[in-house]
Amino acid sequence: MASKTFDAGVQDYQLTYWTPDYTPLDTDLLACFKVVPQEGVPREEAAAAVAAESSTGTWTTVWTDLLTDMEFYKGRAYRIEDVPGDKNAFYAFIAYPLDLFEEGSVVNVLTSLVGNVFGFKAVRSLRLEDIRFPIAFIKTCGGPPAGIQVERDKLNKYGRPMLGCTIKPKLGLSAKNYGRAVYECLRGGLDLTKDDENINSQPFQRWQNRFEFVAEAVDKATAETGERKGHYLNVTAGTVEEMLKRAEFAKELGQPIIMHDFLTAGFTANTTLANWCRDNGMLLHIHRAMHAVIDRNPNHGIHFRVLAKCLRLSGGDHLHTGTVVGKLEGDRASTLGFVDQLRESFVPEDRSRGVFFDQDWGSMPGVMAVASGGIHVWHMPALVNIFGDDSVLQFGGGTQGHPGGNAAGAAANRVALEACVKARNEGRDLEREGGDILRDAARNSKELAVALDTWKEIKFEFDTVDKLDVG
Amino acid sequence: MSMQTDDYRTQYTLETFSFLPELNADEVYDQIVYIINQGWTPALEHEDPSNAAAHYWGMWKLPMFGTRDPNEVLAELDACRQAYPNHLIRLIGYDNYTQCQGHNFVVYRPRGM
Repeated sequence: MASKTFDAGVQDYQLTYWTPDYTPLDTDLLACFKVVPQEGVPREEAAAAVAAESSTGTWTTVWTDLLTDMEFYKGRAYRIEDVPGDKNAFYAFIAYPLDLFEEGSVVNVLTSLVGNVFGFKAVRSLRLEDIRFPIAFIKTCGGPPAGIQVERDKLNKYGRPMLGCTIKPKLGLSAKNYGRAVYECLRGGLDLTKDDENINSQPFQRWQNRFEFVAEAVDKATAETGERKGHYLNVTAGTVEEMLKRAEFAKELGQPIIMHDFLTAGFTANTTLANWCRDNGMLLHIHRAMHAVIDRNPNHGIHFRVLAKCLRLSGGDHLHTGTVVGKLEGDRASTLGFVDQLRESFVPEDRSRGVFFDQDWGSMPGVMAVASGGIHVWHMPALVNIFGDDSVLQFGGGTQGHPGGNAAGAAANRVALEACVKARNEGRDLEREGGDILRDAARNSKELAVALDTWKEIKFEFDTVDKLDVG
Repeated sequence: MSMQTDDYRTQYTLETFSFLPELNADEVYDQIVYIINQGWTPALEHEDPSNAAAHYWGMWKLPMFGTRDPNEVLAELDACRQAYPNHLIRLIGYDNYTQCQGHNFVVYRPRGM
């Protein structure tokens, strides 16, 4: 092997990190970044800089580089593509050798890939669009504590999406009044209710009181309806020790599911909690507060499909994905793209859905997609069509805003859901015939008839800020 | 604001499709066709209503592996109902790819339920 010499100073990154002839290995971790370089910086140099700064490189040559085999450890920018419809940006594809990352740690992957490089001067903006995790890495991650199939078996929910709702008002209720709202929703026909993400353990409602009253509500509704019910008890707290204490109490109360906010609390906390859930037979619902801060700007940050993939690896049985039809942001094709990443065992590259790589998930269990926010019975046909059975459809205002109260609102949603599923199974086109299907079902349900009357006029037609890149 | 006029009475419902009016024979037939067309295996289970909350109900014979004829499933449903007129009966579609049940709903309730 030719010996190398140490030349102090600053080198062009592309000499080392731009390798257009490189064929990525099956074990490489691949990433696609959208890069807008500073004026005057060539694309190859900018791509190489991103590869360097997110792997082995630093701004100047150091003598200790020569003590290791940098050819083995370095990240490589191996392809550059135009971004359709954007002359300033380009896609940089980078391959990282597996040994750069600690086994089972999405934290380590993110610290490298979206670390210092995002503040780097050579790029004006940078967005991590997608990661291809090699199966060799995936097999080191725990993943969802239960997964879709086990959750269905535990909760006895088959052949349809599950129905949920977030208890409102989201802050300020006493624990006992809050439990009342839970009981009303569940007895009326919802499968699951949810703590709002803001509910932790505030002065108006300490967590222990909430857990006790909610557990009674869940158990009573289960006994009376003959159906298995649950409430996502939010254990998110200021320390992981506190979260585990709350999780233990939820288990002591015999409750099936707890909840966590994976971005505000962090991936380390999430993985710890997911491991606890797996060991203790508890389901884990994952909320995504803060995601829009990270994923909404089309030129800078991290696309949600990457956060969703990381969550599946870190562990969670449910993840919020947006609704496509409701009040929150979400392009339909793009949403379906990351919903696939949550649920399927193999997802092929599909640029029309924003999927940049084939992704093999191996035997990793799937995550239920949660559609929540601003949806009501009139959205039901589209939601069933878009999200399919392996989802939780959550109607907060759409349940509790019913003129007859939570139980009537829940029944209205349940009738609408079942009518849509039955019609779908009979081969009817939900998005075309949805109105007729709902009106027919309302003839046998005055709760649904009232709901159809209440929400008829509501529409959400804002334009999506972050659209897929198309020419 | 006017006072709410209706009292919502909690129903003993037993999961999927129990918020719809009881399915007639044609509608049950359509669901069997759906199960078969998904590549799933139809199966029947029955149980005394007092044990309905259990995961396991009694199995009516074996799942109907390989059947393509919805009428065969309807005939078994009829036979099961005659043998256990006081039991709940549910129709299942076993999905061997996901190792889960793709469909499952109560298809017969004894009188008075």
